[in-house]
Amino acid sequence: MPFIPHTEEDVKEMLASIGASSIEELFDEIPPDLKTGALTRVPPGMSEMEISRLMLERAQADGFYLSFIGAGAYEHHIPAAVWQITTRGEFYSSYTPYQAEASQGTLQLLYEYQTMMASLTGMDVSNASLYDGATALAEAALMAVRQHKTSRRILVPRTVHPAYRKVLHAIVRNQDIEVVEIPFCPESGQVLLEHLEPFGQEDFAALVIPQPNFFGVLEQVDAMTDWAHKKHSSVIAVVNPMSLAMLVPPGEWGAQGADIAVGEGQPLGIPLSSGGPYFGFMTCKHDLVRQMPGRIIGRTVDLDNKPGFVLTLQAREQHIRRSKATSNICTNQGLMVTAATIYMSLLGPEGLRQVAAQSHANMLQLTEQLEKLPGVKRVYSGSCFHEVTLTLPGPVNEILQALKEQRILGGLNLQEHYPELNNALLVCATETKTADDLNKYSEMLGKILKKYG
Amino acid sequence: MLIFEHSRPGRRNRSQFSTIKAEKQNIPQNLLRKSPMLLPEASEMDVVRHYTRLSQKNFSIDTEFYPLGSCTMKYNPRACNALAMLPQFLARHPLAPEDTGQGFLACMYELQEILKDVTGMAGVSLTPMAGAQGELIGVMMIRAYHEARGDKKRTEIIVPDAAHGTNPATAVMCGYKVVEIATDKEGNVDMAALKAAVGPQTAGLMLTNPSTLGVFEKNVSEMSRIVHDAGGLLYYDGANLNAVLGKVKPGDMGFDVIHINLHKTFSTPHGGGGPGAAPVGVAERLLPYLPVPMVAYEKGVYRWLTEKDVPHTIGRLSAHMGNAGVLLRAYVYVRLLGAKGMNRVSEYATLNANYLMAELSKVGFEIAFPTRRASHEFIVTLKEIKEKTGVTAMNLAKRLLDKGYHAPTTYFPILIPECLLIEPAETESKETLDAFAAAMKEILVEIQEQAEMVKSAPHDMPLRKLDDVKAARELDLTWKP
Repeated sequence: MPFIPHTEEDVKEMLASIGASSIEELFDEIPPDLKTGALTRVPPGMSEMEISRLMLERAQADGFYLSFIGAGAYEHHIPAAVWQITTRGEFYSSYTPYQAEASQGTLQLLYEYQTMMASLTGMDVSNASLYDGATALAEAALMAVRQHKTSRRILVPRTVHPAYRKVLHAIVRNQDIEVVEIPFCPESGQVLLEHLEPFGQEDFAALVIPQPNFFGVLEQVDAMTDWAHKKHSSVIAVVNPMSLAMLVPPGEWGAQGADIAVGEGQPLGIPLSSGGPYFGFMTCKHDLVRQMPGRIIGRTVDLDNKPGFVLTLQAREQHIRRSKATSNICTNQGLMVTAATIYMSLLGPEGLRQVAAQSHANMLQLTEQLEKLPGVKRVYSGSCFHEVTLTLPGPVNEILQALKEQRILGGLNLQEHYPELNNALLVCATETKTADDLNKYSEMLGKILKKYG
Repeated sequence: MLIFEHSRPGRRNRSQFSTIKAEKQNIPQNLLRKSPMLLPEASEMDVVRHYTRLSQKNFSIDTEFYPLGSCTMKYNPRACNALAMLPQFLARHPLAPEDTGQGFLACMYELQEILKDVTGMAGVSLTPMAGAQGELIGVMMIRAYHEARGDKKRTEIIVPDAAHGTNPATAVMCGYKVVEIATDKEGNVDMAALKAAVGPQTAGLMLTNPSTLGVFEKNVSEMSRIVHDAGGLLYYDGANLNAVLGKVKPGDMGFDVIHINLHKTFSTPHGGGGPGAAPVGVAERLLPYLPVPMVAYEKGVYRWLTEKDVPHTIGRLSAHMGNAGVLLRAYVYVRLLGAKGMNRVSEYATLNANYLMAELSKVGFEIAFPTRRASHEFIVTLKEIKEKTGVTAMNLAKRLLDKGYHAPTTYFPILIPECLLIEPAETESKETLDAFAAAMKEILVEIQEQAEMVKSAPHDMPLRKLDDVKAARELDLTWKP
């Protein structure tokens, strides 16, 4: 019996102790008409050897590609130690650290994580993570509305990741919160003050600022932050944590800094893995800490005055406050944060800066090479971090298909999300790409594009 | 010692650095970071040692027995992890074309189909990333259903007082008012209270069955009739599905929507608090509202179902498709078990719970519902012990840590005073249960003979009792150099 240790002898003794004649008798309080027939669509069990063969075949069928897709999930090198330590049973199979004395490993790690994330984003405090970047944005919007008290409007530029906007909308509409979309400049690919102004006539709880934005372009974060603060509204930064090794952190945007910073933690040591599990991070200014959702770890002492760590400010949470909690969220993404903390420790400040700088340089190099091809142009004038929007001289899907036949995934077709963007491709290059990789891509694209010349 | 205290300026892990210097740079000066990052500068070995040592300060299923009620702490098979981490699966980008991921999508499609069968529901979406998110999505579908019918008077969700805190918190996040109903002496939902609470304002009822009191709601069919007659829908919180896996299908009990905690019943790891995964299943009438994406199989090809295919969907609740890697682990687990293995899960979980309940009762502990069968869990109450000796459920829980056992769930459900909710999953052997019962008996003796010692437990852990009040009053949430 898979994973069930009982011998026949055990079962006999256990039933005798209970005073029951069979295991089936233990289900005698379930009304007979509710009892299920056989499971017809569950296949028979397999041995570990058999399922290993099946999974290996499926994995091999999927294979590997040279990928230039980014759009919110990024390929970075992950040091071998990260997942070897993370999947140790003591991290992998432990429970949420409610019993602090039996969970100091996880708790201390989370405290270290909070410290690293607060510093990376330039904010005062961090929670212990949320599900992913998109839900973190939605939680930040709810938080800003609670803080503002009168307005239930959130201003969200169309340069924010389209999936994040969808998730935000799906979650906040249940609480009668209005999400207002802000247009962007078709030349620079940024949101300019002239785009914001018309939306500032009426009160709003928060302005969301992506950095870099979905097109890979860097927004003018200082001006946007100051504009929102002048209107007495909060600023929610949506940032790529890897970019913060090079870019001004949200806590330093404008005169006062953003109020809440959120984002997708995946670039920090989490494999792409078809979209998850990743983790959302959230940091904020100190005065907002009691509005924060999710787990928060604090340092304290034990009865002998020895330092230790506990879950704190639990009075915000669902298991204490029930219907009055700041969110219904229960777990965080503990194991993912374990990996991210080990990743950041192994790279250190200089390592992280190098990964960011190399990614940025590779994007510039690739852009230069691709722009030499006839009909390939950058769409936006704004500077980029490690992603760029290009226009191609032919239908993007057809070109991507041709690249795929050469085992290259050339990027993301933007038209599905932005109908006005004809033949536009979002391309990403990280530090994992070598000069040979970049050459292979530009040469292959050059060959394919001849057809459209 | 914190990782930051291992840091020395200028220490580098060269093997993690690129050998090529990044030369091109084109970021405006005003956007470049000037302030330092508080990350450690430590050697690879220091980092490996530090986090290995931290791991050793944790209890875990791989090292200790976790009789943690309503959490289903069963063994997490290593094969599930190894096979979900095959390099091709890890490397696959979420936005890669469908034809480059047919192997992965096949696993997801089959998991959807298996979960439909197990739950008796008409459709399943795998996207929810945790139990609480599964609940949120479930209640959002209830709301979408009523709204689509132009039925706008339904403003309330009914929740039993024994429910998980996430239930009422979720209902509020969906814009509903929460109506709590009481439990009767036998641990069932009070039918009179239910009848009184139900009306044209009822959007739905959220129910866990077997309940968190460790008993099966015998009147579930009647409850279903009452709520449905009033036009409300029934939500099944799958927290305790392990107790009835393969025995009862929530669909057959009349539920319209359900979430399944894969990190409980389907053995994906708890990971120190996530990531979970909680697919939602629905009956026929809620099919149009399921969250996207889902996986379809047509003419031999797997593809994503999106907003175009499911126009009335409540939408997307994650940036991609949810916790794909967790779903892969659950898939491997269900294939290892097969249909018969799933039946055995609930049988042996129930056997373990009833056996441990009998043994603890014989040792002298008071069982909260002694006339009832345990489902896969049961409640011990220390009400009398506390009155006589001042020893609380929390004290006993901490003393168990000293003896090498993780504490049961304490003070939940809140309606039972000084309670321990105990769930010995099916993967635990009789010897483990016997040893646990013996440890509980020892503590009972200690309570009689040295109550003060028990009250100040733990004594043998790396730290003694931690000061929660200080933690909340003098907030120290980040290390400062």
